[in-house]
Amino acid sequence: MSTAGINWFKYSSPATFYPLAGRMIPWFAALAVVSAVAGLYLGFFVAPPDYQQGDAYRIMFIHVPAAWMSMFIYVVMAGYAALGLIFNTRLSAMMASALAPTGAMFTFLALWTGALWGKPMWGTWWVWDARLTSELILLFLYIGYMSLEAAIDDPRRASRASGLLAIVGVVNVPIIYYSVQWWNTLHQGASISFDKAPTMAATMLAALLVMTFACWMYAIAIVLMRVRNIILERERHSEWVMGVLEEEK
Amino acid sequence: MLAALRCMVMRDLVLAVRRVSDVLTTLFFFVIVVSLFPLGVGPEMEMLRTIAPGVVWVAAILASMLALGRLFGHDYGDGTLEQMLLAPQPLALLVLGKVLAHWLVTGLPLVLMAPLLGLQFGLDTVALEVLVISLLLGTPAISLIGAVGAALTLGVRGGGVLVSLLVLPLYIPVLIFGAGAVEAEAAGLGAGGHLSLLGAIAVLALCFAPLAAAAALRISLE
Repeated sequence: MSTAGINWFKYSSPATFYPLAGRMIPWFAALAVVSAVAGLYLGFFVAPPDYQQGDAYRIMFIHVPAAWMSMFIYVVMAGYAALGLIFNTRLSAMMASALAPTGAMFTFLALWTGALWGKPMWGTWWVWDARLTSELILLFLYIGYMSLEAAIDDPRRASRASGLLAIVGVVNVPIIYYSVQWWNTLHQGASISFDKAPTMAATMLAALLVMTFACWMYAIAIVLMRVRNIILERERHSEWVMGVLEEEK
Repeated sequence: MLAALRCMVMRDLVLAVRRVSDVLTTLFFFVIVVSLFPLGVGPEMEMLRTIAPGVVWVAAILASMLALGRLFGHDYGDGTLEQMLLAPQPLALLVLGKVLAHWLVTGLPLVLMAPLLGLQFGLDTVALEVLVISLLLGTPAISLIGAVGAALTLGVRGGGVLVSLLVLPLYIPVLIFGAGAVEAEAAGLGAGGHLSLLGAIAVLALCFAPLAAAAALRISLE
């Protein structure tokens, strides 16, 4: 029996995942803090000012990672939702619902910093550019997901229903993205283009990548923290949760 | 299977005919929303002509969204829906029948009413034609996508408001290509591309939305 090898499903049970997540959180949190400090130092003090945009471009170091994360987290969330629906694993559904607020936060951050960047560069807070519009729609999708989950009292039904919505949404995301792009380009050439100067200084790129790494680590740490809370809440009637709570008292 | 589909459509049509006021409410909502725009933005014909496609399309989307609650609501309330889940025919097919009937009583009247409203906004004949074709292709897609949202929010508190939050973002491509078709025609670009894409979306929704709505119904009723 012992030759069966690794049990791939060991950590798909909330009871075993809960302590594992607890052990992993400090690592990811520490990495997030260290790389955020390093990235911000690189971005603000080492990277040279842009020859066109001056110092205002430096908001990019939070704006671009946030935008990347916002889209990536939605796909990951839909992936977990699909796993939860297909294999009926409780933990996958919990991960999906733990990811949603972080994804929405990054989407909002990308929009907000984009507006702050847009004002000095384009002279306006908002343009109906294809990218801005699709990011806004992404925020709506996150909000729809979270409100559907919040509106249903039975957590099992809530996670299944919102999981289905996330999957329907992820099928729609490419369609929405391209339709918004065509909508904008068919109308008229975009008056403002996102294309920046052809090449980035190496330090700028390094700062950007370090900041992206920091965002990743932050997202993982915060999602693990949130999923631990969700596990405790949903499994509160089980014995192992009682044991954990007794221990932590 | 086709018999079941036909039976479903006929049943829902009969039920709808017995409650004509429901159908008329949707239609008049559409008319009123469209009529509010000239009052809001001013009566200059030139501007009204440019915003007409968007206004008519947004109003059509809102009107059919308002009617979504009725798609499964009554059957959910009196237990018919549970019987449908138990029926030997695939649930997706029955859902398709219900959506088809729903479109006939809410979507089609909007399509027929649209040219009249377009005239009020000073659209010419060609633009009106494109508007009607785009609505004819787009409203079934709207009903189909909306069915998923309606099924997900079945029996949920605040379901009526929630459904708008869920489905409106998903309607955006339909809106873009629907209103865009009329604008492209007006700009001399030809509406063919937009209409083809709209048709593609409708076919895609026809293939997948009944399946997704059936899955959502099973979740809601378990």
